[in-house]
Amino acid sequence: MSLVARHLEQAGIPTVIVGSARDIVEQCGVPRFLFSDFPLGNPCGVPYDVEMQSAIVSMALDLLESARFPRTTVQTPFHWPNDAWRVNFMRVEGQDPEMLRRLGEERRAQQERRRIRDQ
Amino acid sequence: MSEQPQPDHRIFVSYIDKSREYYLAQGYGNPYRWAHHRDAPFCPLTRPVRESRLGLITTASIVEGDAEPEPFSLPRVVFSAPADPPPERLYTMHRSWDKEATHTDDLDSFFPIHRLQEAVRAGRLGSLSPRFYGAPTEYSQRKTREIDAPEILRLCREDAVDIAMLVPL
Repeated sequence: MSLVARHLEQAGIPTVIVGSARDIVEQCGVPRFLFSDFPLGNPCGVPYDVEMQSAIVSMALDLLESARFPRTTVQTPFHWPNDAWRVNFMRVEGQDPEMLRRLGEERRAQQERRRIRDQ
Repeated sequence: MSEQPQPDHRIFVSYIDKSREYYLAQGYGNPYRWAHHRDAPFCPLTRPVRESRLGLITTASIVEGDAEPEPFSLPRVVFSAPADPPPERLYTMHRSWDKEATHTDDLDSFFPIHRLQEAVRAGRLGSLSPRFYGAPTEYSQRKTREIDAPEILRLCREDAVDIAMLVPL
Protein backbone atom coordinates (compact mmCIF):
# COMPACT_ATOMS: atom_id res chain seq x y z
CA MET A 1 0.00 0.00 0.00
CA SER A 2 2.90 2.37 0.72
CA LEU A 3 4.16 1.84 -2.83
CA VAL A 4 0.72 2.73 -4.20
CA ALA A 5 0.67 5.91 -2.10
CA ARG A 6 4.08 6.90 -3.49
CA HIS A 7 2.90 6.25 -7.03
CA LEU A 8 -0.27 8.36 -6.64
CA GLU A 9 1.63 11.16 -4.95
CA GLN A 10 4.24 11.24 -7.72
CA ALA A 11 1.41 11.55 -10.22
CA GLY A 12 -0.06 14.56 -8.39
CA ILE A 13 -2.69 12.98 -6.10
CA PRO A 14 -1.95 13.82 -2.43
CA THR A 15 -2.29 10.74 -0.18
CA VAL A 16 -2.64 9.78 3.44
CA ILE A 17 -2.11 6.27 4.80
CA VAL A 18 -3.99 5.18 7.92
CA GLY A 19 -2.24 2.14 9.30
CA SER A 20 -0.78 0.20 12.22
CA ALA A 21 2.45 -1.29 10.82
CA ARG A 22 4.58 1.72 11.60
CA ASP A 23 7.99 0.32 10.73
CA ILE A 24 6.89 -1.09 7.36
CA VAL A 25 5.25 2.15 6.24
CA GLU A 26 7.99 4.46 7.51
CA GLN A 27 10.78 2.33 6.09
CA CYS A 28 9.14 2.43 2.67
CA GLY A 29 8.76 6.19 3.00
CA VAL A 30 5.37 7.79 2.35
CA PRO A 31 4.16 11.39 2.19
CA ARG A 32 1.66 11.33 5.10
CA PHE A 33 1.01 8.59 7.63
CA LEU A 34 -1.55 8.48 10.43
CA PHE A 35 -0.36 5.80 12.84
CA SER A 36 -2.84 3.84 14.98
CA ASP A 37 -0.93 1.92 17.64
CA PHE A 38 -3.42 -0.96 17.48
CA PRO A 39 -3.19 -4.63 16.56
CA LEU A 40 -3.28 -5.07 12.78
CA GLY A 41 -6.85 -5.12 11.47
CA ASN A 42 -8.55 -1.99 12.84
CA PRO A 43 -6.42 1.03 11.90
CA CYS A 44 -9.54 3.23 11.67
CA GLY A 45 -10.65 2.54 15.24
CA VAL A 46 -11.97 -0.04 17.65
CA PRO A 47 -14.91 -1.94 16.07
CA TYR A 48 -18.24 -0.18 16.64
CA ASP A 49 -16.62 2.80 18.39
CA VAL A 50 -18.13 5.38 16.04
CA GLU A 51 -16.80 8.34 17.98
CA MET A 52 -13.21 7.09 17.80
CA GLN A 53 -13.57 6.23 14.10
CA SER A 54 -14.86 9.73 13.36
CA ALA A 55 -11.93 11.26 15.24
CA ILE A 56 -9.41 9.11 13.31
CA VAL A 57 -10.94 9.97 9.93
CA SER A 58 -10.92 13.63 10.93
CA MET A 59 -7.22 13.42 11.90
CA ALA A 60 -6.42 11.80 8.55
CA LEU A 61 -8.21 14.62 6.68
CA ASP A 62 -6.40 17.21 8.83
CA LEU A 63 -3.07 15.56 8.03
CA LEU A 64 -3.72 15.88 4.30
CA GLU A 65 -3.92 19.63 4.77
CA SER A 66 -1.38 20.22 7.52
CA ALA A 67 1.64 18.21 6.34
CA ARG A 68 4.34 20.41 4.81
CA PHE A 69 6.98 17.75 4.16
CA PRO A 70 7.04 14.08 3.13
CA ARG A 71 7.42 11.35 5.79
CA THR A 72 5.08 13.23 8.12
CA THR A 73 3.82 10.76 10.72
CA VAL A 74 1.10 11.63 13.20
CA GLN A 75 0.02 9.19 15.91
CA THR A 76 -3.59 9.00 17.09
CA PRO A 77 -4.17 9.58 20.82
CA PHE A 78 -6.03 6.28 21.22
CA HIS A 79 -4.93 3.16 23.11
CA TRP A 80 -6.04 -0.42 22.64
CA PRO A 81 -7.75 -1.77 25.78
CA ASN A 82 -4.77 -4.06 26.51
CA ASP A 83 -1.17 -4.66 25.40
CA ALA A 84 -1.12 -8.47 25.18
CA TRP A 85 -1.27 -8.38 21.35
CA ARG A 86 2.15 -6.73 21.17
CA VAL A 87 3.75 -9.96 22.43
CA ASN A 88 1.27 -12.55 21.21
CA PHE A 89 1.06 -11.71 17.50
CA MET A 90 3.44 -13.90 15.45
CA ARG A 91 4.95 -15.09 18.69
CA VAL A 92 7.95 -17.40 18.43
CA GLU A 93 9.42 -17.32 21.94
CA GLY A 94 7.89 -19.96 24.18
CA GLN A 95 6.03 -21.60 21.27
CA ASP A 96 6.43 -25.24 20.21
CA PRO A 97 9.02 -25.16 17.37
CA GLU A 98 7.47 -28.26 15.80
CA MET A 99 4.06 -26.59 15.69
CA LEU A 100 5.56 -23.53 13.96
CA ARG A 101 7.32 -25.71 11.37
CA ARG A 102 4.04 -27.53 10.70
CA LEU A 103 2.24 -24.20 10.17
CA GLY A 104 4.97 -23.28 7.70
CA GLU A 105 4.50 -26.53 5.79
CA GLU A 106 0.75 -25.97 5.52
CA ARG A 107 1.34 -22.44 4.28
CA ARG A 108 3.87 -23.59 1.70
CA ALA A 109 1.42 -26.24 0.46
CA GLN A 110 -1.28 -23.55 0.01
CA GLN A 111 1.20 -21.32 -1.81
CA GLU A 112 2.20 -24.18 -4.09
CA ARG A 113 -1.46 -24.86 -4.97
CA ARG A 114 -1.86 -21.20 -5.85
CA ARG A 115 1.34 -21.19 -7.91
CA ILE A 116 0.11 -24.15 -9.96
CA ARG A 117 -3.32 -22.56 -10.39
CA ASP A 118 -1.84 -19.26 -11.56
CA GLN A 119 0.47 -20.85 -14.14
CA MET B 1 -1.10 12.30 32.15
CA SER B 2 -0.36 9.08 34.04
CA GLU B 3 3.21 7.86 34.42
CA GLN B 4 4.02 4.79 32.34
CA PRO B 5 6.60 2.10 33.09
CA GLN B 6 9.86 2.70 31.22
CA PRO B 7 10.68 -0.35 29.12
CA ASP B 8 14.08 -1.27 27.66
CA HIS B 9 12.62 -1.93 24.19
CA ARG B 10 10.53 0.07 21.75
CA ILE B 11 6.83 0.16 22.51
CA PHE B 12 5.43 0.04 19.01
CA VAL B 13 5.62 -3.36 17.38
CA SER B 14 8.20 -3.95 14.65
CA TYR B 15 6.48 -6.11 12.07
CA ILE B 16 9.69 -6.35 10.09
CA ASP B 17 11.39 -8.02 13.06
CA LYS B 18 8.38 -10.07 14.08
CA SER B 19 7.60 -11.50 10.66
CA ARG B 20 11.26 -12.30 9.97
CA GLU B 21 11.56 -14.37 13.17
CA TYR B 22 8.14 -15.95 12.67
CA TYR B 23 8.70 -17.11 9.11
CA LEU B 24 12.25 -18.28 9.87
CA ALA B 25 10.71 -20.44 12.62
CA GLN B 26 8.23 -21.72 10.02
CA GLY B 27 11.08 -22.95 7.86
CA TYR B 28 11.22 -20.19 5.27
CA GLY B 29 14.83 -19.65 4.29
CA ASN B 30 15.00 -16.12 2.92
CA PRO B 31 13.72 -13.23 5.01
CA TYR B 32 11.48 -10.83 3.09
CA ARG B 33 13.23 -7.74 1.75
CA TRP B 34 11.00 -4.82 2.65
CA ALA B 35 10.68 -1.78 0.42
CA HIS B 36 13.00 0.99 1.55
CA HIS B 37 13.48 4.45 0.06
CA ARG B 38 15.68 7.27 1.18
CA ASP B 39 13.31 9.83 -0.26
CA ALA B 40 9.52 10.14 -0.39
CA PRO B 41 7.43 12.14 -2.87
CA PHE B 42 5.30 15.03 -1.73
CA CYS B 43 2.53 16.88 -3.50
CA PRO B 44 0.76 19.72 -1.66
CA LEU B 45 -3.02 19.99 -1.90
CA THR B 46 -4.22 22.24 -4.67
CA ARG B 47 -7.55 22.93 -2.96
CA PRO B 48 -8.88 22.45 0.56
CA VAL B 49 -10.21 19.06 1.66
CA ARG B 50 -13.72 20.53 1.92
CA GLU B 51 -13.63 21.08 -1.86
CA SER B 52 -11.82 17.84 -2.77
CA ARG B 53 -13.01 14.47 -3.98
CA LEU B 54 -11.52 11.59 -1.98
CA GLY B 55 -10.77 8.06 -3.19
CA LEU B 56 -10.69 5.31 -0.54
CA ILE B 57 -8.30 2.41 -1.16
CA THR B 58 -8.33 -0.88 0.75
CA THR B 59 -6.39 -4.15 0.85
CA ALA B 60 -9.62 -6.06 1.59
CA SER B 61 -11.56 -7.85 -1.17
CA ILE B 62 -15.09 -8.20 -2.44
CA VAL B 63 -16.75 -11.60 -2.32
CA GLU B 64 -20.28 -12.64 -3.23
CA GLY B 65 -22.80 -12.74 -0.37
CA ASP B 66 -21.61 -14.71 2.65
CA ALA B 67 -18.97 -16.68 0.74
CA GLU B 68 -15.90 -17.71 2.76
CA PRO B 69 -13.31 -18.46 0.09
CA GLU B 70 -10.02 -20.19 0.80
CA PRO B 71 -7.47 -17.52 1.69
CA PHE B 72 -5.22 -18.32 -1.26
CA SER B 73 -7.99 -18.77 -3.82
CA LEU B 74 -8.91 -15.14 -4.55
CA PRO B 75 -7.63 -13.43 -7.69
CA ARG B 76 -4.86 -10.94 -6.93
CA VAL B 77 -5.96 -8.00 -9.02
CA VAL B 78 -6.85 -4.36 -8.56
CA PHE B 79 -10.60 -3.76 -8.50
CA SER B 80 -13.08 -0.93 -8.14
CA ALA B 81 -16.68 -1.01 -6.92
CA PRO B 82 -19.48 1.48 -6.23
CA ALA B 83 -19.00 3.42 -3.00
CA ASP B 84 -22.66 4.36 -2.64
CA PRO B 85 -24.34 2.38 -1.33
CA PRO B 86 -21.26 1.03 0.44
CA PRO B 87 -20.55 -2.71 0.39
CA GLU B 88 -22.19 -4.54 3.27
CA ARG B 89 -19.00 -6.45 3.98
CA LEU B 90 -15.48 -6.88 2.68
CA TYR B 91 -13.44 -10.07 2.87
CA THR B 92 -10.25 -9.83 4.94
CA MET B 93 -9.24 -13.35 5.97
CA HIS B 94 -6.60 -13.60 3.23
CA ARG B 95 -4.67 -10.69 4.74
CA SER B 96 -2.19 -10.90 7.59
CA TRP B 97 -3.80 -9.14 10.54
CA ASP B 98 -4.16 -10.04 14.20
CA LYS B 99 -7.02 -12.54 14.08
CA GLU B 100 -6.59 -13.39 17.77
CA ALA B 101 -6.67 -9.88 19.18
CA THR B 102 -9.52 -8.47 17.12
CA HIS B 103 -12.00 -8.94 14.26
CA THR B 104 -13.09 -7.10 11.11
CA ASP B 105 -16.87 -7.47 11.50
CA ASP B 106 -17.24 -3.69 11.64
CA LEU B 107 -16.42 -2.37 8.17
CA ASP B 108 -15.58 1.11 9.43
CA SER B 109 -12.79 -0.20 11.66
CA PHE B 110 -10.68 -0.72 8.51
CA PHE B 111 -12.74 0.82 5.69
CA PRO B 112 -14.22 4.06 7.07
CA ILE B 113 -16.75 4.61 4.33
CA HIS B 114 -19.65 5.63 6.60
CA ARG B 115 -17.39 7.95 8.61
CA LEU B 116 -16.28 9.59 5.34
CA GLN B 117 -19.88 9.96 4.17
CA GLU B 118 -20.58 11.73 7.47
CA ALA B 119 -17.59 14.02 6.85
CA VAL B 120 -19.10 14.92 3.47
CA ARG B 121 -22.48 15.65 5.06
CA ALA B 122 -20.77 17.80 7.70
CA GLY B 123 -19.02 19.83 5.00
CA ARG B 124 -15.55 18.68 6.13
CA LEU B 125 -14.89 16.76 2.91
CA GLY B 126 -15.99 17.81 -0.58
CA SER B 127 -17.16 14.48 -1.91
CA LEU B 128 -16.36 10.79 -2.11
CA SER B 129 -15.36 9.21 -5.37
CA PRO B 130 -18.30 7.24 -6.86
CA ARG B 131 -16.09 4.14 -6.60
CA PHE B 132 -13.67 2.76 -4.04
CA TYR B 133 -10.59 0.79 -4.97
CA GLY B 134 -8.91 -2.44 -3.92
CA ALA B 135 -5.19 -3.14 -4.17
CA PRO B 136 -3.93 -6.61 -3.29
CA THR B 137 -1.07 -7.04 -0.83
CA GLU B 138 1.69 -8.44 -2.99
CA TYR B 139 4.91 -10.26 -2.16
CA SER B 140 6.32 -8.86 -5.40
CA GLN B 141 7.07 -5.14 -5.06
CA ARG B 142 7.70 -5.10 -8.80
CA LYS B 143 4.10 -6.17 -9.48
CA THR B 144 2.80 -3.46 -7.13
CA ARG B 145 4.98 -0.79 -8.73
CA GLU B 146 4.54 -1.75 -12.37
CA ILE B 147 1.01 -3.18 -12.55
CA ASP B 148 -1.18 -2.49 -9.52
CA ALA B 149 -0.18 1.09 -8.62
CA PRO B 150 -0.53 2.38 -12.22
CA GLU B 151 -3.95 0.69 -12.44
CA ILE B 152 -5.12 2.36 -9.20
CA LEU B 153 -3.88 5.69 -10.59
CA ARG B 154 -5.78 5.11 -13.83
CA LEU B 155 -9.02 4.40 -11.93
CA CYS B 156 -8.54 7.43 -9.68
CA ARG B 157 -8.02 9.68 -12.69
CA GLU B 158 -11.10 8.23 -14.39
CA ASP B 159 -13.11 9.25 -11.31
CA ALA B 160 -11.44 12.69 -11.02
CA VAL B 161 -10.09 11.87 -7.55
CA ASP B 162 -8.24 14.81 -5.92
CA ILE B 163 -6.95 13.12 -2.75
CA ALA B 164 -6.57 9.50 -1.64
CA MET B 165 -6.88 7.70 1.69
CA LEU B 166 -5.16 4.33 1.76
CA VAL B 167 -5.96 1.91 4.55
CA PRO B 168 -3.95 -1.31 4.66
CA LEU B 169 -5.25 -4.00 7.01
